[in-house]
Amino acid sequence: MGGSLRFIPFLLLGLALITAPFVLSGWVLFLLTVAGAKALAVLGVVLLLRAKLLTFGHALYYAAGAYAAGLGVKYLGLHNGFALIGLAFVAGLGVSALLGLLVIRYRGVYFALLNLAFSMVLYGILLKFYSVTGGTDGLAFPAPTFGLIGLSEASLRAQLYELTLFLGSLLFYLTYRFFASPAGYVLFAIRDNEVRVAYMGISVNAAVYLGYIIAGGLAGVAGVLVGLSVGHITPDLAFWSQSGEFVFVAILGGVGSVFAPVVGSILFEFVRNYAFELSPYTWQMTLGAALLLIIFFLPGGVWSLVGLARTRSGP
Amino acid sequence: MNRYRKVLAGLLAAAGLSLFVATAKADPPAGAPASLKIAVVAFLSGPASGPFGIPARNAADVWIEKINREGGIGGIKVIPVFTDEAGPADKVVTEFRRLALEEKVAAVVGYISSANCLAVAPVADELKELTVFGDCGTARVFEEGKHAYVFRTNAHTVIDSLGAARYLLAMKPDVKTIAGINQDYAWGRDSWEIFQRSMRQLKPGVQVVDVLWPKIFAGDYSTEISKLLVEKPDVVFTSFWGSDLVTFSRQAKARGLVEQSIVLVNNTGSDIKDIPATVLIGSRGPGPIAPPDVEKDPLHQEFIQLYKAKYGLAPNNYIAHGAYHFTQALQGLKVAYESAIKKAGRWPTTEEVAAALAYSTFDSPAGIIQMAIGNGHQAIEPAPFAVIKQDPAIGAHVFTEIRSFPAACVNPPDGMKSLDWIDRGFPGAKC
Repeated sequence: MGGSLRFIPFLLLGLALITAPFVLSGWVLFLLTVAGAKALAVLGVVLLLRAKLLTFGHALYYAAGAYAAGLGVKYLGLHNGFALIGLAFVAGLGVSALLGLLVIRYRGVYFALLNLAFSMVLYGILLKFYSVTGGTDGLAFPAPTFGLIGLSEASLRAQLYELTLFLGSLLFYLTYRFFASPAGYVLFAIRDNEVRVAYMGISVNAAVYLGYIIAGGLAGVAGVLVGLSVGHITPDLAFWSQSGEFVFVAILGGVGSVFAPVVGSILFEFVRNYAFELSPYTWQMTLGAALLLIIFFLPGGVWSLVGLARTRSGP
Repeated sequence: MNRYRKVLAGLLAAAGLSLFVATAKADPPAGAPASLKIAVVAFLSGPASGPFGIPARNAADVWIEKINREGGIGGIKVIPVFTDEAGPADKVVTEFRRLALEEKVAAVVGYISSANCLAVAPVADELKELTVFGDCGTARVFEEGKHAYVFRTNAHTVIDSLGAARYLLAMKPDVKTIAGINQDYAWGRDSWEIFQRSMRQLKPGVQVVDVLWPKIFAGDYSTEISKLLVEKPDVVFTSFWGSDLVTFSRQAKARGLVEQSIVLVNNTGSDIKDIPATVLIGSRGPGPIAPPDVEKDPLHQEFIQLYKAKYGLAPNNYIAHGAYHFTQALQGLKVAYESAIKKAGRWPTTEEVAAALAYSTFDSPAGIIQMAIGNGHQAIEPAPFAVIKQDPAIGAHVFTEIRSFPAACVNPPDGMKSLDWIDRGFPGAKC
């Protein structure tokens, strides 16, 4: 393919995504918004997986972002969507910067379980501080305003979609640049041989810490975007099964590319919702079967299909 | 020979029934759809499916069949769409949007979890989707917001615990010490808050000796029971349900807690065969515990027969309260549609149906339902309570010493928040 024409498919895809609200039904648009937002959290999981760090507690930062914004609405009276997103991003970064100091010293199953433990601590806190967090009944997210843009309230769904699209694209692009940077490649090197990385004079801890904070910030933004779209948050956001879902989607999509989490996330939301429609009693089984099929036949995730197509068509 | 006679009798009955249906069916109003799709959302999986979700779904099933047999709603056949309520809030909201936007259901009936009701209510308003909550309890739904398209045709949770306090004082007026053991989540916290505030108002000198918060579905309460056995409160109040109520009951009975203290359960959240005799218990509104007027209601009897015929029943005719609540929602919708049709002279808009449902009164298998509070969007119901007893005649547990507190006695008046009403000493309560 000629270098000058390579951007055309991306341009078409971008145009299609931007104009989606005028074409798609409200339900599909909502599903895409939620899937796109969750893809940010999955991207964080994928980022850590590049360094062979599997986390079963990433929902911690997802919930931290959502609840930081939810409490901002409840106690600070914030309604500006951008302010809430900023708050959630800072919460995701802040909490991961703090806990990261401890967590990054561990590897393998200890890393996975330590993250799980911290996420369940947050779950417990959200549950126990009933008068502040609403306990299991959760907190409401009233419709946000986007004062700077000043669009009508009637188009709120389209606004949230476009916001998720643009913000998500920006964060995905930045993560893509990070993956392509020396610091990003260090994560790959850590996966292959941590000792050798240290011998090269690179601080393994610093690299992992940086990756951990980025993953935390991404999950924080994902949390607030989902909160804004759904309109209600509950402590389930921090529950281990939510973390499990992120890992599930990461495996479903594959870890080969920054686009894989988006594909995985959208696929997951659609499979889950159609599983629901087809078999209201056994939808969990349909989901499980889908994951088993992926693991057996596409161990590299759905994204590996793209790689297959590329090698078939040849350079 | 006998078999042929049976077949013949069946055919004749079917012919008679279809004739009856044909004559009962009036011409559908102008602009009516070919069928009326109604979504029914209940827990079909997970821990709340056994005690609440499945009975509620089955009740909706037999009640929609009955409505269709009698000509449908306004002459239009109802088509139910059953879905599972299980999953986190984002999944529940996505599913609600699918029902409204893709399935294009005329109305959504259901939701058992309070968190799901809180999450769905604003979305229903946004999509202008008529939504009738089936069983959820939290008073926050209409006390913290106005929802034009949302209704709840069963009483909220205040009647559970205020009713428990009133029944306790009726059965044991000289109570001095109380203790609470509740699941550590929103409904457990709400239940205890309402109960202890009510007790403080109704019997000011009463002393709270302990409040225990085991985590939900803990499965083992031996330490809590040990503590209660030492403290010897007159009354142990609990809002346990499902497997928690069953395991707590077993352990409390085995260790003599039910003999030492009065155990008071605010809500029948599991089958009474698993709850020990002598326990005081309520049901959110009449239904499982039926006061005489509800017992005589033909709809109540019909519901029990229909449910028994299709899904079978224990010898004491026990049906979970969620099941009654779902029939209430369907009855409310039916009556609202039909009165809106009458008023408009054609098929009504969603807004016209909502207007007809607000402040309405209708009959149901749980007796007369009044949409009296929350701007006419929230029902009030009486609070029946009973003592569980083993009936040797049928070999099963039954409800005895049934006492029902009138709706105006256990529900706040329109426009007043429940906790304020309790703290101000129940102004306007008619007992």
